[in-house]
Amino acid sequence: MGLYATLQVIWWLLLGVLLMALAVMVGMDMGVGAILRYVGRTDLERRVALNIIGPHWDGNQVWFVLGGGAIFAAFPLLYATAFSGFYVVMLLLLWTMILRPLGFEYRSQIERPAWRNTWDWVLFVSGAVPMIVFGAAFGNLLRGVPFHFEWDMTSFYTGSFLGLLNPFALLTGVLALSLAAMMGALMVMNGAEGALFQRARGVVQVTAGVAIALFAVGGLWVHAMPGYRLIGGPGPGVPQTPLQQSVVTVPGAWLTNFGAYPLLWLAPLVGFGGMIGAWLAARADRSHLGWWLGALAWSGVIATAGAALFPFMLPSSTDPSMSLTVWNASSSKDTLLWMAGFAAVFVPLILWYTSWAFWVMRGKVSAEKIARGDEHAY
Amino acid sequence: MINGTVVDLSRVQFAATALYHFLFVPLTLGLSFLLAAMETVYVTTGKPIYKQMAQFWGKLFMINFALGVATGLTMEFQFGTNWSFYSSFVGDIFGAPLAIEGLMAFFMESTFVGLMVFGWERLSKGQHLAATWLVAFGSNLSALWILVANGFMQDPVGATFDPFTMRMQLTSFQKLIFSPDVQSKFVHTSIAGYVTAAVFVTGVSAFYLLRKRHVPLAKRSLRMAALFGVLATIGVITLGDALGFVAARVQPTKLAAMEGLWKAQAAPMPFNLIAFPSQTEQKNDGVVQVPDLLSLLVTHSLDRTVLGVDALERQARRRIEQGIPAVQALRVLARDPTNAAALAKFTAHRRDLGYGFLLQRYAPDLSQATPAQVRAAARDTIPPVAAVFWSFRVMVGLGLLMLAFFVLAALYSLHNTVQNKRWFLKVAVWMIPVPFLANECGWLVAELGRQPWTVFDVLPTWMSASTHSVAYMVFSLIGFLGLYSIFIVIELYLLVRAIRLGPAEPGGAGEGRTVPAAAHGGKAEG
Ligand code: HDD
Ligand code: HEM
Ligand code: HEM
Repeated sequence: MGLYATLQVIWWLLLGVLLMALAVMVGMDMGVGAILRYVGRTDLERRVALNIIGPHWDGNQVWFVLGGGAIFAAFPLLYATAFSGFYVVMLLLLWTMILRPLGFEYRSQIERPAWRNTWDWVLFVSGAVPMIVFGAAFGNLLRGVPFHFEWDMTSFYTGSFLGLLNPFALLTGVLALSLAAMMGALMVMNGAEGALFQRARGVVQVTAGVAIALFAVGGLWVHAMPGYRLIGGPGPGVPQTPLQQSVVTVPGAWLTNFGAYPLLWLAPLVGFGGMIGAWLAARADRSHLGWWLGALAWSGVIATAGAALFPFMLPSSTDPSMSLTVWNASSSKDTLLWMAGFAAVFVPLILWYTSWAFWVMRGKVSAEKIARGDEHAY
Repeated sequence: MINGTVVDLSRVQFAATALYHFLFVPLTLGLSFLLAAMETVYVTTGKPIYKQMAQFWGKLFMINFALGVATGLTMEFQFGTNWSFYSSFVGDIFGAPLAIEGLMAFFMESTFVGLMVFGWERLSKGQHLAATWLVAFGSNLSALWILVANGFMQDPVGATFDPFTMRMQLTSFQKLIFSPDVQSKFVHTSIAGYVTAAVFVTGVSAFYLLRKRHVPLAKRSLRMAALFGVLATIGVITLGDALGFVAARVQPTKLAAMEGLWKAQAAPMPFNLIAFPSQTEQKNDGVVQVPDLLSLLVTHSLDRTVLGVDALERQARRRIEQGIPAVQALRVLARDPTNAAALAKFTAHRRDLGYGFLLQRYAPDLSQATPAQVRAAARDTIPPVAAVFWSFRVMVGLGLLMLAFFVLAALYSLHNTVQNKRWFLKVAVWMIPVPFLANECGWLVAELGRQPWTVFDVLPTWMSASTHSVAYMVFSLIGFLGLYSIFIVIELYLLVRAIRLGPAEPGGAGEGRTVPAAAHGGKAEG
C-alpha cells in the first residue's frame, strides 16, 4: 500500500476513534441531562448530578467540535455532502445542542423553581435529541442516502426529512440514547451517594438491557438488508472523484468484511460484552469499572458499524456508483500528512490533561457544600 | 444551477450567525487575559482583593462564555450544512485549520475553564493560576486558527486547483499559516478583543463608582483596564493600518470600496472623510475630503496611487474572457480525465478559472456569452461600496473615540481623581456597547468587501451554497433568529443582574448565588 492509501486508512481509523470518544464523553454528559429529572427528585439532588459533570462537560463537548473539524479536514466531501443532505436533522441536532451550555451555566443562577424546572427540561431535550440523531445517522449510513453529484461535484440531496427517520434509523437512534443514558447513570454513580446513587444504579440496569436487545435486533436486521459493494474504480491512493467508480447493492453485503476477516467479529462481541459487563458492574456497585466497560461497549458498537461499512462512508441509494468511500472522499496526501502530524502531537496531550482534570476533580460531590451556597457550583 | 434566493438566504443566515458569534467572542478573548492578570497579582502579592476581582469578573466571563460556545457550535457545522460546494471545493485546505483549532485551542480552553471555575478549592494557587492562563492562551489560539481559515478566503495562498479531483489542494502549509493577511488579521482581531474587554471592565467599574459601591475593587479594576485599554487601542489602530496596507495589495476591489474610489486619481490622493457612494451611478455625493491623506494611509508614501473601480472593472473583463476557456476545458476533463488537449488548454488559463465561474451565473453555456453578460459579471466584482465605506468609517471613528477615552481614563485613574468625575463615569457606562459595534463593523468590511467571492479571485459566492429549497432556508433562518433572540435576552438579563448584585463581599451578605433569594424577598441561606 502506498503512502497516500495508508494515510487514508489511518484517517478512517482516527475518525473512528474520534467518534468513539465523542460517543463516550459527550454521550455521558447528554445521558446525565436525559435522566436528570428522573434520578434527581429534589433540586439539590439535581444540582449534585449536574456538578458531577460540571467541570468536564465543556471539555468533553470539544470531541464533538473536533469530530466536525476532522471530517472537514480529512474527508471534505463527506462533510459537505452529509451535513447538507441531512439539513433539517442537523438543525435539530445543533439547535438542541446549543441549549446545553446555557442549561449548565444558567440553570442555577436564579433560584425560582419555574426557572430551574424549565432549564431541567431544556437539559433533557438537549441530551436526548442529539443522541437519537447521532445514532440515527449511523442507521442511515447503513441504509444508504439519496444523493447524487453534477459534473463539478455540486451535490443534490433528493430525499425528504422524514425519510431519515425510518424504522431502522430510529432503532439505532434509541440504541445510542440508551448507551448514553447508561454512561450518564454510571457517571452519576461515580460522584453521588444515597438515593441519587440508587436511582442511577437502576437506570444503568434498564438502559443496558434495552441496549443489548436493540443491538441484537439491529444485527439481525443488517443481515437481510441490501449492502453496497465496490466492484470497480481507480482504487485506494489514487486522486479521484466519485464519478469514476462502479458500485452495486447486494443483500447481506454488509457482512462481506466479516466473512473475509473473521477477526472483525470481535467488534460486536466487545459491544455485547461491554454492555453485559456494565450491567453486572452496576449491580455490584462497581460503577468505575462499569464506566470503563460501558466505554468498551460504545467502542464495540461503533467499530461494528465501521467494519460493516468499510470502505464506504456515505452510500448513495439513488445512484450507488456515486457513493462516498474512503478513497474518493478524502483530502489530498499533503493535508492528510500534516493533519496526522498534528493529531500525533495533540491527541496524546489532550488525553493527558483531560485525565489530569478528571483526577483532580475525582471523588464524591458534596451535597452540603452545594446547599451552603458554594460560590463555584452549578 | 443554484437558486439565487437560496444563496441570498444562506448569506443572510451565515452573516447573522457569525455576527452574533462575534458579539461574545471578543469579550472572551480580552477578559480571559484580564482575569489571568488579576489572578497573577493575587498570587504574587497575596492580597485577597485581587482574588475577589478575579472571581467576580470570572463570573461575568462565564455568563458570556456560555453563549460564545453555543453559537460557535453552529458555526463549525454551517460550512457543511449551507456551503457544501464551498466545503468540498476548499475543504482540503480550509478544514485543516478548523480541525487544528479543535485539537490545539478548544480542548485546552474548555478543559481548563472547568478547572478555573470548579477548581478554587481543589487546586493549589499556582495550579489554578496556570489553568487561568491556559484559558487565555486557548481562546487566543482559537482566534489564530479560525483566522488562518478566514485569511485563506481573503488571500488564497499555498493552494492550487486540481482538475482531477475538481477542488483546491494544499501545496504549502507554511504559506497558508504565514500569509501576511493572516498575521495582521490575527493581531488586529485579538487586540480588538482586548479593547472590548477593557471598555467592558472600565464601564462596569464606573457603574460601581457612580453608586459608591465596591469602591476598592472598582478602582483597581478600572485602573488595570484603562492601562490595558490604552495599549490595546494603540495596537488595534496600528494593526488596522497594516490591514489596509495588505488589502491594497491583495484585494484592490475591497480597498476601492473602503475608500469610495470610483476613478483613478493622480498621486497624492485625497481621503474621502465623508461621502455618499452610489453603486449604480458609480460616483460619490456630498464629499468632504482631506488632501493627500489617502496616498499616505494606503501606500505609506506621497507618490503612489491605487486603482479605482473603473480600472478594476476593465481588468476583470479581461480576466473573465480568459476564464471562459478554463471552464470549458474543465468540463471536458470531468468527463475524460485523459484528454491531453483539454488539460493543456486548462493549464494555460487556470489562473482565471474563478472569473469564468463568475460569468457562468449569467451565461450557463459559456460559448454563447454576450459582451453585455461579460460586463455584468465584471460589475459584480465590485463589492457593495456604500456599506463597506461606512462600516469602515464607523469602525475607525469608534477606534479613535476609544483611544481618547482610554487616555482620559488612564490619566484620571493614575491621578486618583476618576471617582470624582461623575460625567466621565457616566460616559464610561455608555461606552460599553461601542467596541461591540466596532467589531461588527470590522467584519462587515472584511466580508462584504470580499464579495462577490467566498475565496477571493477563485470561487464566487453564488456557486458556494448548498442546493437547498427556499422553504428549508426560510425554516432554518426563522429558527436561528428565534432562538438567538431568546438567548440574547436571557444573557443580558443575567449579566445585568449579576452586575447589579455585584461581587461577593468577604464575610458580608451577598455571597454570590444565594443572594437572589434575598433579592426576591426570600431568605438567603448560609
Ligand atoms: C474594537 C474593535 C476595532 C477597532 C477599534 C478597529 N478595528 Fe478594524 N477590525 C476589527 C475590529 C476593530 C475586527 C472585528 O476585529 C476586524 C474584522 C475582520 C478582522 O480581521 O478584524 C476588523 C477589520 C479591519 C479591516 C478589514 C480586514 C480585512 O479586510 O480582512 C481593516 C482594513 C481594519 N479593520 C482597519 C482598522 C483601522 C484602520 C482602525 C483604526 C482605528 C480599526 N480597524 C479599528
Ligand atoms: C466571527 C466573525 C465573522 C463575522 C462577523 C463574519 C461576517 C460575515 C458576513 C457579514 C458575511 C456576509 C457577507 C455577504 O454575504 O455579503 C459573511 C460571509 C461569510 N463568511 Fe464571514 N464572518 C466572520 C468570520 C468568518 C470566518 C472566520 C470565516 C471562515 C473561517 C467566514 C466565512 C464566511 C463565509 C463562508 C461566508 C459566506 C459566503 C459569503 O457570503 O461571502 N467568516 N461573514
Ligand atoms: C465563522 C467561523 C467560526 C467558527 C466555525 C467557529 C467555531 C467555534 C466553535 C465550534 C466554538 C465552541 C468551542 C467549544 O465548544 O468550546 C467557538 C467558540 C469560540 N470562538 Fe469561534 N468560530 C468562528 C469564528 C470565530 C472568530 C472569528 C473568532 C475570533 C477571532 C472566534 C473565537 C472563538 C472563541 C474565543 C470562542 C470561545 C469559546 C471557546 O473557545 O470554547 N471564533 N467557535
